[in-house]
Amino acid sequence: MDTKEFLKKLSNGSSVSGFEYGLSDLITSSFKDHTDQITTDKLGNIIMLKKGTEDDSSIKIMIAAHMDEIGLMVKHIEDNGFIRFTNVGGIDPRTIVGQEVVVHGKEDLFGVIGSKPPHLQEPTEIDKAIKMEDMIIDLGYPKEKVLELVSIGDPITIKRDFKSLQGSRVMGKSLDDKAGIAVMYEAMLELSNLKHEADVYFVATVQEEVGTRGAFTSTYSINPDIGIAIDVGFGSTPELPKGATIDMGKGPGITIGGNIHPGLRDQLIEIAKQYNIPYQLEVTPGPTGTDGRAMQITRGGIPTLCLSVPLRYMHTSVEIIDMEDVKNTAKLLAFFISSITRENLEGLLCY
Amino acid sequence: MLLKRLTEAAGVSGNEKEVRDIIIEEIKDHVDELIVDRLGNVIAYKKGKEDSKKLMITAHMDEVGLMITDIDNEGLLKFTTVGGIDKRILVSKPVLIGKNKILGVIGAKPIHLQKREEWQRALNIDQLYIDIGAKNKEEAERLVNIGDYVSFDSQYIEFGDDLIKAKALDNRVGCSLLIELIKETKDIGFYGVFTVMEEIGLVGAGPAAYRVDPDISIILEGTLCYELPNMDEHLVPTSLNKGPAISIMDRTTLYDREFRDRIKKIAEKNNIPYQYRKTSMGGNDSGRIHTTKEGSITTAISVPCRNIHSPTSVMSKKDYKNTYNLLMAILSEYKKGEL
Repeated sequence: MDTKEFLKKLSNGSSVSGFEYGLSDLITSSFKDHTDQITTDKLGNIIMLKKGTEDDSSIKIMIAAHMDEIGLMVKHIEDNGFIRFTNVGGIDPRTIVGQEVVVHGKEDLFGVIGSKPPHLQEPTEIDKAIKMEDMIIDLGYPKEKVLELVSIGDPITIKRDFKSLQGSRVMGKSLDDKAGIAVMYEAMLELSNLKHEADVYFVATVQEEVGTRGAFTSTYSINPDIGIAIDVGFGSTPELPKGATIDMGKGPGITIGGNIHPGLRDQLIEIAKQYNIPYQLEVTPGPTGTDGRAMQITRGGIPTLCLSVPLRYMHTSVEIIDMEDVKNTAKLLAFFISSITRENLEGLLCY
Repeated sequence: MLLKRLTEAAGVSGNEKEVRDIIIEEIKDHVDELIVDRLGNVIAYKKGKEDSKKLMITAHMDEVGLMITDIDNEGLLKFTTVGGIDKRILVSKPVLIGKNKILGVIGAKPIHLQKREEWQRALNIDQLYIDIGAKNKEEAERLVNIGDYVSFDSQYIEFGDDLIKAKALDNRVGCSLLIELIKETKDIGFYGVFTVMEEIGLVGAGPAAYRVDPDISIILEGTLCYELPNMDEHLVPTSLNKGPAISIMDRTTLYDREFRDRIKKIAEKNNIPYQYRKTSMGGNDSGRIHTTKEGSITTAISVPCRNIHSPTSVMSKKDYKNTYNLLMAILSEYKKGEL
């Protein structure tokens, strides 16, 4: 399957943190022809092993991209059938007014998040953001029918179709971090044509958006020599400070900071230069907001790297990425993995 | 399906062509006269056996939307609103720009980079922009022009208990009803008028009424519907599934009481549910129509629409059917000369 087609399916699918199973089949079936072993752990992490091309490889590299997405959750059902809800993961309430949603009850139910008509608003209201607790979801059914189909705790996603924009840019919901899963997929295909000593563990992690929980358990069980988180970085837009962002279409962001192993980072940059892969530097002094923060402090500590696909409008339902960035991130990842040998690893990790 | 075609067509005020073309195609074989006037209003006349009074039925074709005002150095598009839009419903929505319907999105600053107090303030139009995925200004300029109209990208979807979600239900629902009336009635003489630019100040209705010079007008609308749990009942403007909403008073018209009572009686006689529109906010083409020339009598009959003026407006098919039935009953009284 073409990577963009795969990403479309991932983005249109639903996998609110804690409810990632909706994507399990799609991910395992897409990875299985190019990996040697697939397991799912107790939290739902999908661990897909691609063995090294040497007979007795002893290096383990873990790649993590989270399969969960931010979403909403049913909290209460009103007398007229309207649903009250809360958020799962970081959601700006201003981005969900007037959205179409899918309530994942006994069946998937279409609904809309209602809004007060402008004609009825006080002039002072218009400048205030609407609070999530004041919003409702309208399923168009009376209470009895809603109770039959929906339970408190059911997950809800924004309904948004993945679509192409100009050039190689695409938009959709939850490209954070389904773009990361797409990078893993593309890197896996690349690796099939490359020599790599290391055993590569591709992990589609769960519950990143609520505290990188899947990364903790999967890193523990794999116990890798190197952990690499693939996530998204803030794509630059006019209202954001230059230093906090990376540019669209200019290749992966390579994170620099305490979360990142300096020797491995230098090797990553070296590889990018060697293969003419565009890259950018992303400065994060403290723990990153990615699975990398969990990997780094698992067991006795894991040398960690983070690669970011530039993404605009993060945590809205209209996230934009450039497919060229996905390609370049995957390429860099694959060549980096291929460059790691028993011979050079110790040197790279040495302080 | 007619309402699907009408709501998915782009027709932001001043740019009603797509909607007008659908309407003309639908009605042209069912009317005796058909003109498009200098403003773009569609004025159709259907002959009756003998017309006692001159009856005009109107629906506006336009919808609220946006217009491109600038293309910045990054290739992002600045815009302004056309008609009454709550700026708060724009964030994180896809839109379609210009004749070629270029897809773009209205993004928002990531929550991670915001200060907490920012969430409590609504984003202003000048903080928002449309991103079409252009790499730079030059690429955007090849695809988009300043002044291009922008409509919401929202599909017609049926859901729940006989409900419809679409953009522009205000007022494609009125257009759809009027098209059906024109197609289904026989030997009833009336003017069917589809007006332009209602949402930016009732622009088309005055000149159309001037030309037609009606004795009586019925204005068809999609109107405010807002009903939260525990709301005081007198604050609920209209309710879904309670039938057509008959206007009493709004910002543009004090509707003729005698005519309103007549319509109420017709509804009761035919067992058609109806409700009053219980807010005096908002307005419609009646404002211009009833004050044109020496003045005339008007009434407004509306299908309740939740989330009006947003990409996710919601109406009930039952309300549509009941509104249609009421209009047919009114026309049949009119045919008998009893209106």
